[in-house]
Amino acid sequence: MASDTLAHGHDVAHTNEGGSWKGGSEPFKASYGKLMMWYFLLSDAFTFAGFLIAYGTLRFSVPTWPVPDFVFSTFPGGFHHKPLLFVTVMTFILLASSFTMVRAVQEGHQENRSGVVKWMLWTIVGGIAFLGCQAWEWTTLMGAEHMTIKQNPFGTHTETGVYLMGDGHDIKEGDAFKAGDSYLIHQHDGKFAPLQYKVTEGPDAGVIKEQQMGPKAFGALFFFITGFHGFHVLSGVAFLIIICLNAATGLYVQRKNGYEMVEKIGLYWHFVDLVWVFVFLCFYLL
Amino acid sequence: MGHLSYEQSKSLATKTIVILAIITVAEVVFALLGKGYIVEGLHFPAFLMGSVMIVMSIVKAYLIIYEFMHMKYEVPGLVKTVLLPTLLLVWAVIAFLAEGNYWNNSRAANKNAVKTEISDTPK
Repeated sequence: MASDTLAHGHDVAHTNEGGSWKGGSEPFKASYGKLMMWYFLLSDAFTFAGFLIAYGTLRFSVPTWPVPDFVFSTFPGGFHHKPLLFVTVMTFILLASSFTMVRAVQEGHQENRSGVVKWMLWTIVGGIAFLGCQAWEWTTLMGAEHMTIKQNPFGTHTETGVYLMGDGHDIKEGDAFKAGDSYLIHQHDGKFAPLQYKVTEGPDAGVIKEQQMGPKAFGALFFFITGFHGFHVLSGVAFLIIICLNAATGLYVQRKNGYEMVEKIGLYWHFVDLVWVFVFLCFYLL
Repeated sequence: MGHLSYEQSKSLATKTIVILAIITVAEVVFALLGKGYIVEGLHFPAFLMGSVMIVMSIVKAYLIIYEFMHMKYEVPGLVKTVLLPTLLLVWAVIAFLAEGNYWNNSRAANKNAVKTEISDTPK
């Protein structure tokens, strides 16, 4: 394509006879579409970085924060106490869909139309499966555990003590806990029912206190950041469907740049996977 | 592209995804191990947990960007224009975590209470 202007093999703009400036040469040997996709992804990376940095800042600014392996320990089918299992499955789904996307691009290079369509379809399946998982996660957190963007019933004890009442779930009257132990305030008849406990150590020993709701920011940050990521997955799936259909109808067979559109949406899809790696890290692992 | 054959490209993609899967499992196992879910009572210091997780995630990011997104095969100029600005984020992360920490200290100082530092202990 631009090989005639790149005699030196490096990417410095040539000023000889206005050759490069007449157009038709590609900076960095990349097409306009591909280059702009990279720069869009760079800008999007900064947006997500802004969100995740806000998360880190707020998390550091409060004394306690919900412990991820306590909060995220449910699994579809009524399973509890399976810390991080479901989100690990979600990570695998997205990684697998990235792999199928790579295969689709490779088939595009071989100009194998049916191969492109097949591997893109698998990628779409992975994307939809991920969205389904995220929807289940949200439904459980909002519906069963009543976490919203304004209230967060997941707290952490700051003192050692003993419960004076049970909650009908995991906690029984007389159960002891240490500072750093997590708890979930359950609801009864639509209202939160915080448990009372007696402090057994420290300056407040003997005092009877009540479970406090956890930091409000947790809910807001969780839903906004995973929501923003999920929105990217959704729009990615939409674009994948369109481009898959285009490929199926043979639109890219005629094009001078062949299946480059598949490559470009592939870059977007890998970016979505990459963001998830960091969301997974910040929310669930750290 | 055009440097690796079709068969080579396929096997490289497969190898990469296998490595990514292994690292993911290792990350989760390490997280659960350090919090005492696998070996009762075991507890790694937060600093060790944090550093290992972050390094593992950076390795995953490298594999996704360089292999899956083909950055390894792009012209060095393109690589630099995309990746160098993201180094600014390292500065942003350090600055803002320090800021959050300062807010935490200010809260404690204003409440006239001891700064509460809670590390999650195993259940």
